[in-house]
Amino acid sequence: MSGGTYLQPASVDEALALLAEHDGAALVAGGTDLVVGTRQGKRTLPETLVAIHRLPDLDGIGEEGGALVLGALATHDAIERSDLVRSRWTALADASAIVGSPATRHVGTIGGNLANASPAMETGAPFVVFGAEVELRSSDGSRSVAVESFWSGPGRTTAARGEMVTGVRVPGPADGSGSAYVRLEFRRSMEIAVVGAAALVTLADDGTVADARVALTAVAPTIVRSPAAEAALRGKRPTDDAIATAASAVHDTAAPISDVRGSDGYRKAMIEVIARRAIDVAARRAAGEHVPVPATMTVGGTR
Amino acid sequence: MSHACTLSVNGIAYPLELDAGRTLLTVLRGELGLTGAKEGCDDSECGACMVLVDGRPVNSCSYLALQADGREITTVEGLAKNGELHPLQQAFLDEGGVQCGFCTPGMLISAEALLTRNPDPSEEEVRLALGGNLCRCTGYQKIARAVLAAAPGATGQPTRPA
Repeated sequence: MSGGTYLQPASVDEALALLAEHDGAALVAGGTDLVVGTRQGKRTLPETLVAIHRLPDLDGIGEEGGALVLGALATHDAIERSDLVRSRWTALADASAIVGSPATRHVGTIGGNLANASPAMETGAPFVVFGAEVELRSSDGSRSVAVESFWSGPGRTTAARGEMVTGVRVPGPADGSGSAYVRLEFRRSMEIAVVGAAALVTLADDGTVADARVALTAVAPTIVRSPAAEAALRGKRPTDDAIATAASAVHDTAAPISDVRGSDGYRKAMIEVIARRAIDVAARRAAGEHVPVPATMTVGGTR
Repeated sequence: MSHACTLSVNGIAYPLELDAGRTLLTVLRGELGLTGAKEGCDDSECGACMVLVDGRPVNSCSYLALQADGREITTVEGLAKNGELHPLQQAFLDEGGVQCGFCTPGMLISAEALLTRNPDPSEEEVRLALGGNLCRCTGYQKIARAVLAAAPGATGQPTRPA
């Protein structure tokens, strides 16, 4: 790889001006997907790189009006370790804690993860159940878009040319909520979900499910919700039977493909199991039980 | 197109002119002659290329050299001080944590990153911290034992240079 022009703007505005000016320029933050992608032949290194890894004030993790606000440069490691994230957006901590290896988590950023738009990304399903909004900026202005409308297919987003992900805003769940993300994995580290599921369960005072959201990883061209599983949970007590019934409903939107990581049939069989585990942990957390982060190490995956 | 930058490696500043696509690993090995970090998979899977950037573990095979401009890089060559092996290196020798040696620099760097953050890790924490490092001699038991032996919290005394 020789590569072309490397530009290092000092501000977001300068980065946006460079993006507008250089056709085909690509942003690089951690570079974990970008550089490996060139090696695996998925793409060549763009002629112009706009390196944003040192932009100030873009790696924040904070709360604003009850919502979690993450800067695009927040790393998986910082998100995983954040007490704020763990306390109310636990599924996001579950997911961030199992991305790649320690090195991946130190270098990889949440903005890059969102923009890379893999249907197997770990943090995607948690963002979907929390109703996250991606914040985009261009030299023309800014807008925010629901995360489900941000992805348009594997590796594709609805961001326009010249737009940059500057952050993500994640609404706070209602009182009485618990959340979890669980994946099926073949190994503990350097793994990507074979299938995965996030659940957000809100319990009413009488112990029934007031609201539920379920999102599925690596079973469709983008991460998808399962309205049937959610409907099956509402109004029920989160018993083992009720949770199993809800999990068996995920086939309304789960339409997996076969690839090197698993066949469609295997994924179909396993997404039910993984969804059941995610809903179960979310319901237990909603009831106040402590299930350690990452949930996958307690209830899923390799052990 | 070349870009001027300064890589600070093991406390020494190296002014360089680098192409945008150069990875940190090829520069360390090719330009600076620091061949401790290895190219194993060249794909961020094996960890043989692990170095510290500002104290954090990074797969240098998949990290653009220009992004390390102005940051503090530590390679395995920077662990020993004044001719004395770093406690982790000594522990790897004492515990038999080295077989062919190819993965060892990466293992040492990941272990150093762990112990800096957590001086008294559990065995599970050690294994998770080394999760991005493959050893194909299958010597993980002894490697984990070596890291635990070198942990300053385990010996109750600061055995590592400050």
